Amino acid sequence: MFDMIIPAFIVGGAICVIGQILMDLTKPSFTPAHVLVTFVVGGAILGALGLYEPLIKIGGAGATIPLSGFGYSLAKGATEAVGKRGIMGAFSGGVEATAVGIAAAVFFGYVMAVTFRPKG
Amino acid sequence: MDLKRMGNQTVVFANPPVILSSYSVVGPKEGQGPLGQTFNHIWKDGLHGERSWEVAESKMLLEAMKGAVKDAQVPEDKIDFILAGDLLNQIISSSFAARQMGLPFIGLYGACSTMALSMAVGSMLIDGGFARHVLAGVSSHHDTAERQFRSPTEQGTQRAMSAQWTVTGAGSVVLGGSGAGPRITSATIGRIVDYAESDVNNMGAAMAPAVADTILNHLHDLHRQASDYDLIISGDLGSVGLALAAEVLKQSGINMGTSFTDCGIMIFDASQDVHAGASGCGCSSVVFAGEIMKRIKAGELKRVLLVGSGALHSSTSSLQGESIPGIGHAVVIEA
Repeated sequence: MFDMIIPAFIVGGAICVIGQILMDLTKPSFTPAHVLVTFVVGGAILGALGLYEPLIKIGGAGATIPLSGFGYSLAKGATEAVGKRGIMGAFSGGVEATAVGIAAAVFFGYVMAVTFRPKG
Repeated sequence: MDLKRMGNQTVVFANPPVILSSYSVVGPKEGQGPLGQTFNHIWKDGLHGERSWEVAESKMLLEAMKGAVKDAQVPEDKIDFILAGDLLNQIISSSFAARQMGLPFIGLYGACSTMALSMAVGSMLIDGGFARHVLAGVSSHHDTAERQFRSPTEQGTQRAMSAQWTVTGAGSVVLGGSGAGPRITSATIGRIVDYAESDVNNMGAAMAPAVADTILNHLHDLHRQASDYDLIISGDLGSVGLALAAEVLKQSGINMGTSFTDCGIMIFDASQDVHAGASGCGCSSVVFAGEIMKRIKAGELKRVLLVGSGALHSSTSSLQGESIPGIGHAVVIEA
């Protein structure tokens, strides 16, 4: 089990360290929202260039769970769908590939809001 | 009629209004701080059984104002004006609290400087003969301010080391034309100073030049030195802003010495993880209503200069990249 956990920890941790360094070195202009967008776009670009796949092979969930993994899935889904359905797949494929994550975010967000009635 | 003015920005009261009472209500974090013993009421949690933090903040202000009126032993029909303000859009905490009071209400917005501003304007109303008694009160709430000015608290956004922690608290004073208590002898109304700081996580730096400007003008207008005061206290620059204000004053040839401090530094201690100190209208109001009033009454402090500092930006202006206009208002309180 540890042969999976340790690489996942290192890869996932390294991705988070990059985000922290970006924020610490560029305050105040670089906000958490900028990190979010940069990671999604960065993951998509790395995915399209075939550079993110090896990271997932090494780190597993350490690479797929951070936002860059979301970007990677978007790019991968779009690429595959273009192969199957032509150019329209570029629009549908990304969302299809990430549908589980998006639906889960909506579902769990809703359940949490109903359960805990957040006030912030 | 003699104009009750000195210099460019200072008014000197002919019959200095008396602070008849002061009352403070705070949240649990403030209660655990070094000034915990000086507050009248410490809430066990920030919601206090209400359905939203906004409602809770308004209730907190109402409690502080009612407490001040009760302690002043002035019947409510002899209070001619409520002067109140807070940080929320359209100062809802104040107007919703004033809704319960049934008294003429003037809403003020000076951001964190509102306590000093309301005391200055209230004193002018009394000394001008327009009011017998004035009830001044302000509030702020950590969670309502986070929602309005920063990010949802659930998001768990990292706070910058220069960021200040908005105080959950409400402070109120009753001013009167006569009676026993410390007196407000003069006030200096500040002007907007903006050194193009646009970081909402470093408001101390944005306000420091304005505070320095007001202190400079105040001392100049009254021909005084910093050493004429037992305490010069800003509210609230935090640790980053206080050091900057002292530096700006030093460059203008004014050595503030050791009697220069800040409400935002006093209310929390290092172990409370608030980074650069505290802020919010509530901060200077509860530190003044509690600790400062206590020390004046005990005879420890004879003459105090309270300099409220405000960052007069809005969440919209910050998102559009505008810098933060700073302001400082000063009142002199003498035993």
